[in-house]
Amino acid sequence: MYWINTIIQGALVGGLYALFATGLSLMFGVMRIINLAHGDFIVLSAYLAVVVINCIGVNPLVALAVVVPLMFGVGYLLQRGLLNFTMGSDILPPLLVTFGLSVVIQNVLLELFSADSRRLQLPWLETASVRIGDQLAIGLMPTSVFVVAVIVIGGIEFMLYRTDLGRAFRATSDDPDTARLYGVNNRNIYALATAIALAVVSIAGVLFGIRTIFDPTIGPARLLYAFEVVIIGGLGSLWGTLAGGIILGVAQAIGAAFDPSWDTLAGHVVFLVVLLFRPRGLFPKTFDP
Amino acid sequence: MIIGSYRVERSTRASRAGFAAMLAVIVALISVPAWAGRAEMRLLIEVSYYLALAQAWNLLAGYAGLVSVGQQAFVGLGCYGFIIATAFLQIPPLVAIPLTVVAVGLIAIPTAFLAFRLRGAHFAIGTWVLAEVLRLIFTLVQAFGAGTGMSLPIHVVLDISENRVIRELILYYVSVAIGIATVLLVFLWLRSREGLALTAIRDSEAASGSVGINQQRTKLTVYLIAALIAGLVGALVVLEKLRITPDAAFSVTDWSANVIFIVIIGGIGSVEGPIVGTLVFFVLRSLLADYGAWYLITLGAIAIIVMLKAPRGVWGLIGSRYDVHLFPVQRRVRLNLD
Repeated sequence: MYWINTIIQGALVGGLYALFATGLSLMFGVMRIINLAHGDFIVLSAYLAVVVINCIGVNPLVALAVVVPLMFGVGYLLQRGLLNFTMGSDILPPLLVTFGLSVVIQNVLLELFSADSRRLQLPWLETASVRIGDQLAIGLMPTSVFVVAVIVIGGIEFMLYRTDLGRAFRATSDDPDTARLYGVNNRNIYALATAIALAVVSIAGVLFGIRTIFDPTIGPARLLYAFEVVIIGGLGSLWGTLAGGIILGVAQAIGAAFDPSWDTLAGHVVFLVVLLFRPRGLFPKTFDP
Repeated sequence: MIIGSYRVERSTRASRAGFAAMLAVIVALISVPAWAGRAEMRLLIEVSYYLALAQAWNLLAGYAGLVSVGQQAFVGLGCYGFIIATAFLQIPPLVAIPLTVVAVGLIAIPTAFLAFRLRGAHFAIGTWVLAEVLRLIFTLVQAFGAGTGMSLPIHVVLDISENRVIRELILYYVSVAIGIATVLLVFLWLRSREGLALTAIRDSEAASGSVGINQQRTKLTVYLIAALIAGLVGALVVLEKLRITPDAAFSVTDWSANVIFIVIIGGIGSVEGPIVGTLVFFVLRSLLADYGAWYLITLGAIAIIVMLKAPRGVWGLIGSRYDVHLFPVQRRVRLNLD
């Protein structure tokens, strides 16, 4: 029963990891860039929620109504004002500009909020659970996070394959020059992709802040989780990303069950094993040469 | 016009002047202990190993197209390798340094096998994961003090020399020699056949493949050489700091962010760039020393601006404007016109 419990908890955390990965995957899918500041945007969103909560005294879930549109705007401006100038065949500029951003965001947060750990308080929901039998209890909060992750991933999937915007994303991803011939404004499409990616990131960041404590330095570790989830799941497959998140979450939970300090390492090891035996991931959908 | 004769030139007036200047700098560095204090010597030790790391990262990212964010893996392995060799295996420190470098090289081979499965941007973040895995492993080893780290036993330090002044002299000369040797090694390598292949990969990966350059082999060589340099720096870092923790040994800020900023600001893809970048870095650091996190914020912001506005860095601006090359790695054809 202990192990079933461990696996269920791990799988539920996996929903959050899949949410981390969705934004990274979307940006890579549309623009072929890896945002090395991805983890720091997760942390930034959590701190934005702290500010909103302090200013207008709402609970974290209501704060989402402010943080999500705000991060959408940040994403749009980030792409139009900065990242669009790094696009091209050379991989170096986007990597280094986002790496620089990562360092800048981390240290600005450090200056503004100090190195103290924070947590977003959500009374009742964060402790409520549903008992199943006498040894198994499923937390309402982790379950809600998982459900939100599924809804968001489903929404992105719908957007990509059922809407005009999604078609423009896919066309630009396949061949940016031809897409332009058909009247797609690439710069705007890229900006919208980053905006949506950061909106998803902000949901993930706030949910993450409710679940665990955070401080300005933990961004890069979340970036690595997000990346591992994308690679485990396979490029281009959002449901694969959800599966990847669950695999990483379960691996960490099992590692932690043996020894609490093994959780992150266990996740990394599973990632390396997948990389060794299935370098294209478990559920690859695209072939990226 | 009939081209009568031509000659191939490598050195230019600027490069000969540059070499003379470099000789002067080397002489000055040798004389430093005679007139400078301990603080200056410590600073120059740090300058030396950042110069070595910057040259290594420049080879990786500037030439081989291997953008790594995981060089801290090998610095950390160098740190721990040196501690294991001296404190646990009782090997004399000056013998332990080369042994550590060899050991780091041997560990780098399997990591290359994993990292090379990822391409481009994914390679960058994959190397970061590998470095994190190594850091986490060392936080678990109780023999090395786990997360709190350990100090270099005093007998190791006394082994170099019982006399503090002589010890500091040895450490200073070893570090400076490694800094200068790395620059010369990179310079001579780039002038060689292998270096020509590497420069071709830098300029066009596709075209270099079409003229028969074995890209994978060249990239692997660069990856291993960069790992060896980082391992060497790791051993020096322990000797200088006398104490090591997993977080410091495998620090992404110290061994990747700073080094990346040095190369970007100085100028990626040239031998001179990392030298200029190292100088700029230490000047900025001393100017912003009292401002805490603002120092890294400034450094990051400058690197972003340089990447966008002057992708070849400070040296690129100077080099393209005045056609100055202190380290001539390219050949020029000059026609002998009467």
